Amino acid sequence: MASVVLFVLLRLLPGDPANALVSVGADQAQIEAARREVGSDLPLPQQFAHFISSLARFDLGTSFVSRTPVLDDIIARLSVTVPLTLLSFLLAVVIAVPFGILSAVKADRWYGGAISVVSQLGIAIPVFWVGILLVTLFAVNLRLFPSGGFPPRGWGAPFEALRALFLPIITIALVMSASLLRYVRSATQDVLGSDYLRTARALGSGFSEALVRHGIRNGAVPVVSILGIELATTLLGAVVVERVFTLPGLGSMLLLAIEQRDYPNIQGVLFISTLLVLLIGFFADLAQRWIDPRLREKAGSVRR
Amino acid sequence: MTRTRHRRDHGLQLLAATAMLVLAAFGHAKAQEGETDPSAVIRIGSLYEPQNLDNTAGAGQGINEAFNGNVYEGLFQLEDSGEVVPKLALDYQMSDDGLTYTFTLQPDVTFHSGDPLTSADVKYSIERVVAENSKSSRKKSLSTIAGIETPDDRTVVVKLSERSISLPYNLTYVWIVNDKATDLTSGEDGTGPYRLDAWRRGSSISLVPFDDYWGDAPANSGVTFNYFTEATALNNALLTGAVDIITSVQSPDSLAQFQDNPAFVVEEGQSTTKEVLAYNDRVEPFSNVKVRKAIARAIDRQRLLSSIWGDYGTLIGSFVPPTDPWYVDLTNVDPYDPESAKQLLAEAGYADGFTFTLETPNYDPHPIVAQFVQSELAKVGIKVNINIITANEWYTKIYQAHDFQATLQEHVNHRDIVFYGNPDFYWGYNNPKVVELIASSETSASEAEQVEKLKEANRIIAEDAASGWLYLYPQIVVSSAGVSGYPVNGLNSQFFAYGITKRAE
Repeated sequence: MASVVLFVLLRLLPGDPANALVSVGADQAQIEAARREVGSDLPLPQQFAHFISSLARFDLGTSFVSRTPVLDDIIARLSVTVPLTLLSFLLAVVIAVPFGILSAVKADRWYGGAISVVSQLGIAIPVFWVGILLVTLFAVNLRLFPSGGFPPRGWGAPFEALRALFLPIITIALVMSASLLRYVRSATQDVLGSDYLRTARALGSGFSEALVRHGIRNGAVPVVSILGIELATTLLGAVVVERVFTLPGLGSMLLLAIEQRDYPNIQGVLFISTLLVLLIGFFADLAQRWIDPRLREKAGSVRR
Repeated sequence: MTRTRHRRDHGLQLLAATAMLVLAAFGHAKAQEGETDPSAVIRIGSLYEPQNLDNTAGAGQGINEAFNGNVYEGLFQLEDSGEVVPKLALDYQMSDDGLTYTFTLQPDVTFHSGDPLTSADVKYSIERVVAENSKSSRKKSLSTIAGIETPDDRTVVVKLSERSISLPYNLTYVWIVNDKATDLTSGEDGTGPYRLDAWRRGSSISLVPFDDYWGDAPANSGVTFNYFTEATALNNALLTGAVDIITSVQSPDSLAQFQDNPAFVVEEGQSTTKEVLAYNDRVEPFSNVKVRKAIARAIDRQRLLSSIWGDYGTLIGSFVPPTDPWYVDLTNVDPYDPESAKQLLAEAGYADGFTFTLETPNYDPHPIVAQFVQSELAKVGIKVNINIITANEWYTKIYQAHDFQATLQEHVNHRDIVFYGNPDFYWGYNNPKVVELIASSETSASEAEQVEKLKEANRIIAEDAASGWLYLYPQIVVSSAGVSGYPVNGLNSQFFAYGITKRAE
C-alpha cells in the first residue's frame, strides 16, 4: 500500500526529526530526550506498528515540531489550497474550452494556428517562471496585486484574501489551460471528423447547431477524464506556486515538514492529498457516466 | 480600525492648524514630516518563522525574534546595545561567596491571562528551562543552579553550586511564564507589552498591545511578523509596501535596489553570526596546529567577504565578535599569506598537500563559500571535495556523530566562545589550558576577572587556529523611510518591536 512505501521512503532519508527541535549547544542528554519524545529512538518495526494503528483509527497524530494536531493544521491550510486549486481550475476551463474548440474549428485560419502555437509555448514554460514573471510585472512594477503572502485573518477578510490569491490563480490557470486546450482541441477535431456530425448536417442542421447538440456531449467524455487528472495535478502543483507566492497552503506545509523530517505532518499531508486525488477521480468518473449514458449501461450489465 | 485612524487624523489636522496660527512663522512642513502615527500596525518581514511558540520546546531562533521582550520578559533583558539590564527583577543582590542571588520582583506585574506575577512563576519558569525534556540551548549554562526558594511573593532566592558570573546574562534567555499556563506551544502567557493575537502557520504572527502592561505602552498599535521562505519574496514584499521592515537581510544581491532608493533606509548593525570553517580537530591532518594555521593563511578572507557582501560585514580573527566583552582584534594572527601557508604545510609533513571532504550545508552562503575555499586551497596543494548536505543531516552526522573532516556552519549566538571549552563539542578542540580558563572564568568573582580570562582563552584559540573564522555576517535591517525606532543589532536574533513608529501618511 501507498502508506508502506511512504513510511519506508521517509525512514530512508538521512537525518532525524528530533534535530529540528534541538539546536547547536544542546548536549547529548537533551538530544536523547528529544528522540525519545518523537519516538525516533524506537526500532523501526515498532514505529511502523504505531504508524499503521493510528492511521487505522484515522488519527493523523500530532506534529513533532509544532506540537499541533496534524489534522487541524491541514484543515487550516486547505482553506488556502482548495480555493486556489478550484478557482484556477475553473478559470483554466473557461479559457481552454472556447479557445480549444475555436482552434479546432478554425484550424485553417491564422488565429486557429496561433492559439495552438501559444498553447504549445504554455506547456513548455515551467509554472514557477510564470509566477515570477507575473510578480515582477503586476506586483513589483505595476503594484496592482501583492507579491505574496496571505492575510492573517484569512477568509475573514474575503477581499484581501482574493486579492492575495489573484496572481497565483492566474499563474496556475495560464499553465494549466495550455495543456487543457490541447485536449479540447483534439477532442473537437475527433468530433468534427465523426459520422454522426456529418449525418446531422445532412439532415439539415446548421454547423454550430450540430456541434452544440451532438458535439459537445460526445467530445466532453474524454475531456472530463482528463479534467479529473488535471485537477489532481493542479492540487499537487500548488506546492510550487505556494512557494513562489508564500501562501500558507498544504504544499508549503509539506515542504517544511520534509525539511524538518516531521513525519506525522508529511504522512498527514500525503494521506489527505491522496484522498483528495482519489475523490477527484471518483467524481470525474461519475461526471462521465452522467454525460454519457453508454458508460452507465456498460457498468450495469455483465460483459460478454 | 480605519475609523479611529481617520479621527486621529482630524485631530492632528486640528492641532496642526492651531500650531500654524500660533507659530505662523515656523514651517509646518517639519511638523507634518515628524508626526508619527500611534495607530499604525508595524508589519515586519522575516525569514524565520518559529516552529512552535515555546523556546524550551525547540521553537528555533524565530521565536526569540518575535517573542523576546515583546511577549515574554525575563528577570533581565539583553538590550540591543549588548547591555544586560534588570527587567522583571526590580533589584538583586549577590552574596559575598557568589552562591546566593536574591531577586526582588517588579510590583504590579500581571500576565496576559490576568494572573499576577509571583515568585512561584519565576521558580516554575527557571525550572522549565533546566528540566529533563527541555530543548533550550542554554540549559547547560544554568546547570549550576542548585535550588530556588520563594520566601514571599516578590522574592526569589537562587542558590548555586558554584559561582556563576554570567547568571544575570543567562537569565535573559529565561522567559517568565505563568505557572498555570496550559498551552505554551501554540499559545502564550507572558508579561510583555504585547499579547499574541493570532498565529497563522506558514504565514504570520500578529501581536497586539496588552492593555494592562506594567511598563510603558508600545509606541505602535501592534505588530505583525510576516514570514517568507525565500529572500526574493521577502524583498518584493518590502518593495511593494506589503511589509514595513525586514529584520535581517540575507541576500547581498538585493541590497542595491534599496540603497539607491530614497523610499528605503538601509541600516547596518553589529552582528554575532560567524561563518566558520570548522575542522574536526580530533582527526589527521587537522589535529596538527600547523595544518590549521596553513589553511587560515591560504584563504583570502577579505576577498571572500567582499565578493559575497561588498562593503558590508567584518573580518574576525577568532570566534569572538566585537560585541562580546572579551573581544580582541586578532585578525593579524594568521593573515593571508599563501607562501607561509605552503611552508607550514611542508613543516607539518604535507609538502604535497592532502585531500579532504568539506561537508557543506545546502543553503546560502555555504555552497559559495565552499567553492571559494576549494579554489583558494587548491593554490597551496590541498584538494577539497565538496559534499552538500541538508541542515537536518548536518545535525545528525556532524553535530552528533562527529563523522566529518571539515564543515561550514554559521554560528549565530552571542557569547558562545564557551563552545571551545567543551572538548566534546563537534569540532573536538581540546586545549586543557582553554578548558580551564573558560571553566574558571565562569566562577570569577568580578566581571573584570571574567573578561581577562576569556580574553586570554580567545588569544589561545586564535593562536591555535582552532577553527577557520572566515567572517562575521553583516546585520542589515532595511525599512521603508517612514519607519524608525527599531533595533539594529539583532543580538541573539531578538527584535524588540515596542519602540517602532511609522510616520503618518
